[in-house]
Amino acid sequence: MAECNVDELLAKAQQDEAEKLRSITVHKELDLEFDVGNLLAIDNNRIETRDFKGQNKEEFLRSLARDNTQLLINEIWKLPTERVEEVIVAKLPEPTTLLPREKRPPKAKPATKWEQFAKLKGIQKKKKTNLVWDENAKEWRRRWGYKRVKDDTKEWLIEVPENADPNEDQFAKRVTAKKERVAKNELNRLRNIARSQKGKVPGVGLTPTAQQSKDDLGRAVTVAKTSTASMGRFQDRLPKEKPAKNMGKKRKFEPLIGDFSNERQKQLELLKVLGNKTPKLDITKAVNKQMREEDREEAAAKYRKGAGKKGRKGNNMSGKGKGKGGKGKGVKGKGGKPGGGGGGGGGGKKRSKAGKH
Amino acid sequence: WIHLDKTRQSKRFLESRAPKLTENVKNAMIMKGGNTSQVVSQTLKNIYSLKKPTALLYKKKNITRPFEDSTSMEFFSKKTDCSLFLFGSHNKKRPNNLIFGRLFDFHVLDMIELGIEKYMSLSDVKGKTCPEGTKPMLVFAGDSFNTDNEYKRLKSLLIDFFRGPTVSAVRLAGLEHVLHFTALDGKIYMRSYRCLLKMSGCRTPRIELEEIGPSLDLVLRRTHLASDDLYKLAHKQPKALKPKKKKNISHDVFGTKFGRVHMQPQDLTKLQTRKMKGLRKRKGEAMADEGKKAKIVNGQS
Repeated sequence: MAECNVDELLAKAQQDEAEKLRSITVHKELDLEFDVGNLLAIDNNRIETRDFKGQNKEEFLRSLARDNTQLLINEIWKLPTERVEEVIVAKLPEPTTLLPREKRPPKAKPATKWEQFAKLKGIQKKKKTNLVWDENAKEWRRRWGYKRVKDDTKEWLIEVPENADPNEDQFAKRVTAKKERVAKNELNRLRNIARSQKGKVPGVGLTPTAQQSKDDLGRAVTVAKTSTASMGRFQDRLPKEKPAKNMGKKRKFEPLIGDFSNERQKQLELLKVLGNKTPKLDITKAVNKQMREEDREEAAAKYRKGAGKKGRKGNNMSGKGKGKGGKGKGVKGKGGKPGGGGGGGGGGKKRSKAGKH
Repeated sequence: WIHLDKTRQSKRFLESRAPKLTENVKNAMIMKGGNTSQVVSQTLKNIYSLKKPTALLYKKKNITRPFEDSTSMEFFSKKTDCSLFLFGSHNKKRPNNLIFGRLFDFHVLDMIELGIEKYMSLSDVKGKTCPEGTKPMLVFAGDSFNTDNEYKRLKSLLIDFFRGPTVSAVRLAGLEHVLHFTALDGKIYMRSYRCLLKMSGCRTPRIELEEIGPSLDLVLRRTHLASDDLYKLAHKQPKALKPKKKKNISHDVFGTKFGRVHMQPQDLTKLQTRKMKGLRKRKGEAMADEGKKAKIVNGQS
């Protein structure tokens, strides 16, 4: 009897459950595909056109929509919920449908100069607090900005340091120093951007830095001079300024269609040289070579003597001086007069020797 | 170019438009062509109200033909940072025409042309409509959405268009709006319903639907679908978004978490267990035992 009761009770309980769920169960041949993250449901069941045409179209569509929506709501109600500000909220999972992006994925930015250095040294970024305790004002002040802790600009008294000029304006000095720092920062920022985009960065010397050497200034001047429409040919020069050497171009090529007679002569000479059985002797080159050999031998001899530091230093200097002197005199066009070349070479040699001592 | 972000506001503006790991909601531009009918203009206005905060409605007519020349679309998308568009036009050859399109990297990805056969606008609806900006539930019915290539792309485009911002949680009482798309007999029926949650016996409510506008009967006309490799490129996700796999952790079918620990080979005789002094063998005994064993072995052999 008890068993019957239990069975009956179980059957009744099941029936009750079924009743309860009847209002929300929907029978479908194929289960729907759900993407709850996007609140999306896809029904792949075939729709019978007979049903569609038979009934009122709208009613059919509405009942179909109701069934599908019921199934989607059932899925959503299975999600974990929480209470946020008196409202019950269901936490959605990540959307599973693959949709195309709007733009390409971002490229990794190349590290700035500082970031590279910090990585190399292992320097970590330290998070700083926004407010700092100010002893003078006895309150919390900003680290930077309006009413900051250490504000240079508000000082009414600046002591003149011992080694400074008494007539110098210290306040103006502070202002200009600040401007320079700002400009330098801006320059570095732009340089970082240019480097990241592989743009052309103007070379050293052309952008102003604090200390510029004579070479940098010279280079800057020449670049500024040649950046006119006529390549600097009509720019005025200072009284003692020498015309600049050819700073950029290293080779000069003859124009393709230029002087025909010159070209013809050059080609004929070339053929002659190639056809020659005996090798051509370039006097200047020979002389220079000889001189260099002699210098080398002298230097080696001195070194072997074991002069010490002085000797080595002297050697270096002598080598340079002699080389310059000899070459400087030697460059007088190809194959100058043998006598002149020899005499020049000899004279040059003598002069440089005198210069050494 | 560099000088654009001199102020913090402009910097924020540029950052919002720059390519990102997780992108913003896609904005849509809704525009009219050279000639439009009342049906088309009303439909455009209704769809604009459906997609309200993330859509732009252009008032003036634009005399372009997207299928022939997509440069003006690309120009507009660059100016307004919109990657979806809806272009409505009307002429004798293609009456009541709607072109849904999307762009990738400011170039046209897909364009699908649909013709409106029958429509009902928002203003014809008697009941109360859903508030602006509710995230709609999307339902697609009909097996052609899964089988036919063009329908598959159309489904993806419609999801992209109507889904709204991706949220982590949704208010259960706020699930009011349902957009239902049915593909049947070469036609696509779009219906929009308001969802009423009624009491049922258990926790999950019973759904009753109330029709609100707009409702459209659409016919698929021309399509301009992206090539397979461009489509693949558009779907490429940046590596940083992939969830990092934790090594030596696996999950069971039942959801049990298993871990793997790698050990060095252990000498079990040298294990430090509980010491019981009484049981410890003394030196002499141990040797005697060994000797006994050896004798026995010898004897047997």
